[in-house]
Amino acid sequence: METLAPLIATAINASAPILLAALGLLVNERAGVLNLGAEGMMLIAAVAGFAVGIETGSVTAAMLAGALAGMAAAALFAFFTLVLVTNQVATGLALSILGGGLSAFIGQSYAGKSVVTSKWVLPGLSEIPFFGEAVFRQHVVVYLSFALAAFVAWFLFRTRAGLTLRAIGESPESAHELGYPVRWIRFAAVLFGGACCGVAGAYLSVIYTPLWVEGMVAGRGWIALALTTFATWRPGRVVLGALIFGTITIIGFHLQSVGVEVPSQFLAMLPYLATVIVLVLISRNPDWIRLNMPASLGKAFRPG
Amino acid sequence: MIHLQPRAESSRLWMFASPLLALFLTILFGAILFGSLGKDPLKALSVFLLDPLANMRGISEVLLKSIPLILCGVGLAICYRANVWNIGAEGQLILGAICAGATVLAFDTPAKPLSGAVVIPLACLAGIVGGMFWAGITAWLRARFNANEILVSLMLTYVAGLLLIYVCTGPLRDPDGYNFPQSKVFSKEFQLAYILEKTRLHWGFLAALIAAGVGTLFVSRAFIGYKLQVGGLAARAARYAGFSSTKAIWMAMLICGGLAGFAGALEVMGPIGQLIPSVSPGYGFAAIIVAWIGRLHPVGVVLGALIMSVFYIGGEYAQSRIGLPSSITGIFQGALLFFLLACDTLIDYRVRWK
Amino acid sequence: MPFLRRSYGSAAEQVRYIAAMPSTPRLELAHITKRYPAVVANDDVSLTVQPGEIHAVLGENGAGKSTLMKIIFGSVKPDAGEVRWNGEIVAIANPHAARKLGISMVFQHFSLFETLTVEENIALGLSPAEVKAFGGKLGESIAQTGEKYGLPLEAQRPVHTLSVGERQRVEIVRALLTHPKLLILDEPTSVLTPQAVQKLFLTLRQLASEGCSILYISHKLDEIRALCHTATVMRGGKVTGVCDPREETAQSLSRMMIGAAPHLPARALVTLGEVRLAVSNLSLKKTHPFGTDLHAISLEVRGGEVVGIAGVSGNGQQELIAALSGETTLAEAHGLQIESVAAGRLDARARRSLGLAFVPEERLGRGAVPVMPLSDNTLLSHQVAPQVIKGMIQKQSARELAATVIARFGVKAGGPQAAAKSLSGGNLQKFIVGRELMREPRVMLIAQPTWGVDVGAAAQIHTEILALKARGCAILIVSEELDELFALCDRLHVMAKGELSPTVAIENATVEQIGLWMSGMWPDGPASRAVATSDAGVGE
Repeated sequence: METLAPLIATAINASAPILLAALGLLVNERAGVLNLGAEGMMLIAAVAGFAVGIETGSVTAAMLAGALAGMAAAALFAFFTLVLVTNQVATGLALSILGGGLSAFIGQSYAGKSVVTSKWVLPGLSEIPFFGEAVFRQHVVVYLSFALAAFVAWFLFRTRAGLTLRAIGESPESAHELGYPVRWIRFAAVLFGGACCGVAGAYLSVIYTPLWVEGMVAGRGWIALALTTFATWRPGRVVLGALIFGTITIIGFHLQSVGVEVPSQFLAMLPYLATVIVLVLISRNPDWIRLNMPASLGKAFRPG
Repeated sequence: MIHLQPRAESSRLWMFASPLLALFLTILFGAILFGSLGKDPLKALSVFLLDPLANMRGISEVLLKSIPLILCGVGLAICYRANVWNIGAEGQLILGAICAGATVLAFDTPAKPLSGAVVIPLACLAGIVGGMFWAGITAWLRARFNANEILVSLMLTYVAGLLLIYVCTGPLRDPDGYNFPQSKVFSKEFQLAYILEKTRLHWGFLAALIAAGVGTLFVSRAFIGYKLQVGGLAARAARYAGFSSTKAIWMAMLICGGLAGFAGALEVMGPIGQLIPSVSPGYGFAAIIVAWIGRLHPVGVVLGALIMSVFYIGGEYAQSRIGLPSSITGIFQGALLFFLLACDTLIDYRVRWK
Repeated sequence: MPFLRRSYGSAAEQVRYIAAMPSTPRLELAHITKRYPAVVANDDVSLTVQPGEIHAVLGENGAGKSTLMKIIFGSVKPDAGEVRWNGEIVAIANPHAARKLGISMVFQHFSLFETLTVEENIALGLSPAEVKAFGGKLGESIAQTGEKYGLPLEAQRPVHTLSVGERQRVEIVRALLTHPKLLILDEPTSVLTPQAVQKLFLTLRQLASEGCSILYISHKLDEIRALCHTATVMRGGKVTGVCDPREETAQSLSRMMIGAAPHLPARALVTLGEVRLAVSNLSLKKTHPFGTDLHAISLEVRGGEVVGIAGVSGNGQQELIAALSGETTLAEAHGLQIESVAAGRLDARARRSLGLAFVPEERLGRGAVPVMPLSDNTLLSHQVAPQVIKGMIQKQSARELAATVIARFGVKAGGPQAAAKSLSGGNLQKFIVGRELMREPRVMLIAQPTWGVDVGAAAQIHTEILALKARGCAILIVSEELDELFALCDRLHVMAKGELSPTVAIENATVEQIGLWMSGMWPDGPASRAVATSDAGVGE
């Protein structure tokens, strides 16, 4: 029992950045925009957040910087796909490549440094036996990401703005005919996605690791993208999926610590393999995907 | 605000002018970047872009680096023409490197049961099969289960990277290597022969050019290539014509996997000469840009690969000669792709301001 | 009062209108012009609609009707001309502005969201203030409005579960909930059975009697004569006449719309050959959630015979045609016989080699690859020598073939190198039909032969079909245009809910009977069985 509580705590901690990024991408995709640049946005934000964290010593400032950097990258993507009507897949790949290069370049001078952060222990709740340690001794960003899931669910399914967003993802042509500003709404959704990926990236470098290493996002952006499919674009299922991935990520470390003889590389492969398996399981039924996927996902829209 | 007016027909002029304009804009962007980093833009640009081509050694290095880029680029061009979004050429290359490396190491014993003339082709074959196998996983999951090939091929690239580290630290590690994560250096006879004196350029360059030539035939004349492209451009037209989409996925992925695996084999038996965890500085990803800038045509891919190769060598020179991190190459790559995407808008649209 | 100078229609007609109508027109368009790069969509178009008037805008495909409506609805801006609303000049910037004025539109291709519910779809068509005004009782208002105008709807059903007719109801109810002063309907009957059309007319007349003006866009002469008070006829972007359609004949309207009425060759009697296409007891599960299951379909087409399949779209025609063409293969080889060969398991290529040719309903993206040149597009169905030899494309042969098709069928194109997408709908259809005819098929499938095609091209395609029949080919046509089927076919079937009706010889078929069958009401048809098993009436 006493090893289980910290295990759960680390699993939750590991799932938070994926959750955050996936929620942003979910809103993004609900509006019909597929941003494969998630990894790049997270990398740029990770290095930006880290740099600001080092310079200011403020975690809040670092997170804010991450969000802004993510939004800036997302704005670039939005300009290309929405105004220049470029292919979303190609533009997303370009952003991932640019993000990798840019973050490596900027990060070179920050390699090896570290930011000191603190957790946000919920008074009272954290004292509950077991649960206190397992759940309520996380950084504030972790709580916020779970709260964000609830907010996104409420926004998408309980508000008119959310309904409009979903409608645009379903058929931008119809929404345009009805007079909705499709491109502006998509722009806002892409920025939201960028902000979420940004905070997730900054969280990784400033709080989770907390170090800057080149390519440190290590595919979490892509996993977050896979997660939106796995969750059939529903926030509740994103939470579930993120927790599963968080658990898989730390289970490797845990197995090693209890002395299981498996090469560490194979344990490190687990999240990637799990992603593949999950994609296969969820994609097997095309009807299921088709009924749930925003119908215009990935397709360019140009108002006539 | 920018207003795009669709053209009745795609502009062939801009089809070819767009990469040139994009390259020009990238260089302009580079000048500004160098300037903002406190370097003399002209001098820095000349180090980055011209020095690699200043002498035979530099040129041969550029050609050497272009080999994996051409091979992966041709494979990716075929994939993208078929609308198969394989972005895992990097992983397929790594698998090729592992398989080729393991093959060489299996025969590179003191007894030397087979000569290089047998082992090298065998290792190339192993690399091709390894790359095809890795790509085949993606093809199978896509064709059979409809799993998104972008995500699967990328996830498998991470797996391949970890697998490479594993073999370098585990089964294939050099027993006399002081625990460094690398295999022993292959014996001279199991390394590729050079085609130019005093350079590292090996005959794999010719193989890459042949691959580009065959690729050209494939995309422009072969009916099988036509089938792939119809599937990529209009899936319903392919079904109308009776072209199988499953076959198209398999074929595109296997061709790309084979070429990328071959590239991996050439890398380990060529300039590297052993298995190390960093077999590729992202050739598989850079090849995406190469394919794009080469207009998804093998001949264009060769040109695109040379440009990208200059960026790689230029990055190394920038580090050694003007003290900039070599990762500046990554910025140039990303910028080039973005400028290219922007310029490509001109192929199908006229731009109006209003 | 602003007065429009009209240079068309007789002076007497104009005087009569102006005298009969109350003072200020609801909508006036004056000298509207809209140019696109290749075409002038509207050229000096003027139009006046009075309150409570049902005003037809009549014209064939490409006459500029849709552009004009989009201008009124604010989704397209005119290059010149003015719009007056209740006598005042207005600039309608976007659909929101149009709706604020009281203009509502029912789109030809519905602007509905498949996965959302009826209520959500309707809410999206209303402004937030309007939704708020219903105070959370939007669902009830939908039911009430539906009841009042004979448009029953279930608010909580997802739209993808609705029939085409029901979807149109959603659009109309959505429009009505905004209490429009002008309702625009764009080709509203193309998806309806003749009986459903009559119901729609009742609704529209009721609306007009309440003072709502209606702009009714159509190319169907009979409907306009039955429903509308006034008709503005357009051709090639210009107004060619204004009249009272009730006082015109179909011929006189047609002349205004087309210029000269094209004549169709009479159906020649051809001696029937053997059965070339036979479908027996074909059942097929739908392949995607918005599709239709096919139930036990059997039919035969003989050489020298044209068989038609009528029906409202979305009743399984697409699934059937895909199963016949080989785009979908069957589990049972004997379910389909082409030239007496069991072909159920063969793919499209193999069926083609048995002598099958197929013209699909979508030209761009299915019948042709949009960005490929016409010469490359010939290879979609010409996959053997001389176009393809030993797996290698013979570019020269492909070019020659494309050039031949262009010349022989009068396709207006920039040559064999022109991209398919650069052709107009009618010319591309001529090219595809021509490409398939060049193969001298023994069995020909044609879906929607003249959809969105101008009258000249349609007449040419019809002539070619009849000539092919005379050469002994077995031809199966799927179409939503009853006129076309009656003109071309020897026998008809009707599809409804994935089932195929018995066949009826054209001499014995009536529009009324086919209309009933389109609702599935043939003896032992899906709707008749529903009546037999429960006492519930049949929808639609």
